[in-house]
Amino acid sequence: MRLFLSLLAGALFGAGLFVSGMTDTRKVQGWLDVFGDWDPTLAFVMGGAIIPMFFAWRLTTGRKPLAGGSFPALPRPELDHRLIVGSSLFGMGWGLAGLCPGPALASLSYGGVGGLVFFAAMIAGMYVAPRLGSQLDRLAATA
Amino acid sequence: METDWIWGLVGGLLIGCGGAVFLLGNGRILGASGILGGLVDGSGRSNWAERAIFILGVVAAPLLLWPLYSVEIDTHVTTDVWVLVAAGLLVGTGSRIANGCTSGHGVCGISRFSLRGIVATVFYILAGGLTLALFRHVLEVI
Repeated sequence: MRLFLSLLAGALFGAGLFVSGMTDTRKVQGWLDVFGDWDPTLAFVMGGAIIPMFFAWRLTTGRKPLAGGSFPALPRPELDHRLIVGSSLFGMGWGLAGLCPGPALASLSYGGVGGLVFFAAMIAGMYVAPRLGSQLDRLAATA
Repeated sequence: METDWIWGLVGGLLIGCGGAVFLLGNGRILGASGILGGLVDGSGRSNWAERAIFILGVVAAPLLLWPLYSVEIDTHVTTDVWVLVAAGLLVGTGSRIANGCTSGHGVCGISRFSLRGIVATVFYILAGGLTLALFRHVLEVI
């Protein structure tokens, strides 16, 4: 059951990224590029994705997940250095190549060598991230 | 194209439905960087199969839809290896340090009015927009 639902969720996510055009780096960079030929598509994708999720969050109150267990413990609404620095670094890479983790995965089969190079570098980044995060914590503690 | 926004909306709804299935079904937040990153750094060892099969679904779905499209699919990704490597490293480290990317903080966070999700989204959009403006319009290298 859990595995089937994971596959279904993944397939819907992958299909959505493909259909929406978000694996096309031109459309993503086109949305970020307010000084160029601005492309509004990404806003529609975000808006569309938020609608079912809004209702899903509503449905979590007083219920348990279908496959058992419990809903995730939500983090305290606290803004820390990890959130700010990490999001900024992520955004820089996103702007440079027009790819983020979801579309990088969804386009693996048709993104060519460029997509594979980006993916490999992203995996390497994810591998070293825990150590970099600890370094950042030490830096923040002394600052 | 004029129909791009419609497909954007349709695709967005599909993405949101995927997130809803993952949340209401398995009680988990759909975040691409977290699901993949947990496999890479070992923090997601306890439910690795769930993560792996999710990723299989993400990769396989476009392959199944592909034949329905008459136009050629192109990601238009840059051919500059150094830009790809730098961008990949930044996306990989940044999204893991921030504990989320466009799906986790963006879609799943904003939809429950999470302060962290909204602030993360503001920062990665600003950083992305400024980086693109700098490298495309000032330095003119991408």
